[in-house]
Amino acid sequence: MIDVRQLKKSFGSLQVLKGIDVHIREGEVVVVIGPSGSGKSTFLRCLNLLEDFDEGEVIIDGINLKAKDTNLNKVREEVGMVFQRFNLFPHMTVLDNITLAPMKVRKWPREKAEAKAMELLTKVGLQDKAHVYPDSLSGGQAQRVAIARALAMEPKVMLFDEPTSALDPEMVGEVLSVMKQLANEGMTMIVVTHEMGFAREVGDRVLFMDGGYIVEEGKPEDLFDRPQHERTKAFLSKVL
Amino acid sequence: MDFRFDIIVEYAPYFFQGLLATIGVSVVGIIFGLILGLFIGLGKMAKHPLVRLPFSWYINFFRGTPLVVQILLVHFGAMPLLFAQPNAIVSLAVSLSLNSAAYVAEIFRAGIQSIDKGQMEAARSLGMTHAQAMRYIILPQALKRMIPPFANEFIVLIKDSSLGMVIAAPEIMYWGKAAAGEYYRVWEPYLTVAFVYLVLTLSLSKLSHYLERKYSTS
Ligand SMILES: Nc1ncnc2c1ncn2[C@@H]1O[C@H](COP(=O)(O)OP(=O)(O)OP(=O)(O)O)[C@@H](O)[C@H]1O
Ligand SMILES: [Mg+2]
Repeated sequence: MIDVRQLKKSFGSLQVLKGIDVHIREGEVVVVIGPSGSGKSTFLRCLNLLEDFDEGEVIIDGINLKAKDTNLNKVREEVGMVFQRFNLFPHMTVLDNITLAPMKVRKWPREKAEAKAMELLTKVGLQDKAHVYPDSLSGGQAQRVAIARALAMEPKVMLFDEPTSALDPEMVGEVLSVMKQLANEGMTMIVVTHEMGFAREVGDRVLFMDGGYIVEEGKPEDLFDRPQHERTKAFLSKVL
Repeated sequence: MDFRFDIIVEYAPYFFQGLLATIGVSVVGIIFGLILGLFIGLGKMAKHPLVRLPFSWYINFFRGTPLVVQILLVHFGAMPLLFAQPNAIVSLAVSLSLNSAAYVAEIFRAGIQSIDKGQMEAARSLGMTHAQAMRYIILPQALKRMIPPFANEFIVLIKDSSLGMVIAAPEIMYWGKAAAGEYYRVWEPYLTVAFVYLVLTLSLSKLSHYLERKYSTS
């Protein structure tokens, strides 16, 4: 589903990704952990080309992102992204937030886009919020809307960059449970998170990133309970 | 001190013509300033520094030199190259347009850049093109923030149109000065002129408040 080979990325003279290799199967839930500044967000953002990378290959669902004939917008239609700070569009109602891209990008008629949006809002438990503006939502609600917005494009892959880090603790659960449901439905997901409970329960595989490399990867129970590398051990001892 | 209303009454037709001219050059200045300013603002935001250069210098020149000098350059320098008989009203409208474009460009750029980067990223991550993201996400939010600085700029523009006096453009200030010269009176003509400007600028600021309220209800 996703093939990443020798992915390298620098910001000026700072090399942030120093050669990432990873293969992700359809339906797999991959959790990415690692210290601040290790390149987790940059890695995710390279997968939908919000950041252009310097070297290496990324192939998503058979599309090589760097091939000359690849249409970036087409790739992004297939790769949904959820941000730490929601990034809902404040000048639009919740419903319009969700229907805009399907209507403008996928060219769906309004009825179809709204039906899909209501279905998704029901799924994330917010059908009664369709006509309010984002600033009246709590953080947890806003993030659930953001998830629904990304899902409305019917992506093949979902990327989550610390989706619960900006939330009050009591709202973390509602967002994680939506993500868990999505995982159970077979969505291919890459999730950067500090929620180790979620990683253990929902993750099929955990990648530990440090200094621009994937230092160690494995099943959650292996990586958390029997880390092999010193740096993994040091990191886990701080966060667990 | 007696206040001679008869002077105002006598000059009323001229003041009225002057008012129309002032409104005319201001409206032209605002409309062309907006169009040209949008274009220059976009140019100033170009990725390549060499592309940005001429736009930066346009803005530097028109913001960094006095409007009076610009009016004189346009009327006695540039316009004679195009027309045998330059019209002072046209020259004034052109000067105001060129000048306000520089300010509009900066307001425009600042407005767009004030929108959180995450908005563009969210839009792009949903598959929207840059143009779609601008049109549906960035501009509607930015334009709302641009209303107060635009209103400020256009209030200044209306008042600055009085500088058309230096090229004898028959706007309202010109007629005020004419009346003052004919009757050797200061208060009547200049207070009338001041009052007219005040009505124009207050109307514009009311309009801006109305627009601000209208677009902030969402
Ligand atoms: N646009 C940018 N320009 C310059 N440097 C950047 C940019 N984005 C990220 N960096 C740098 O790249 C490094 C990796 O950043 P990244 O955001 O990928 O880390 P992260 O693992 O997501 O960290 P965190 O846990 O704090 O979110 C950091 O040193 C950061 O300062
Ligand atoms: Mg990050």
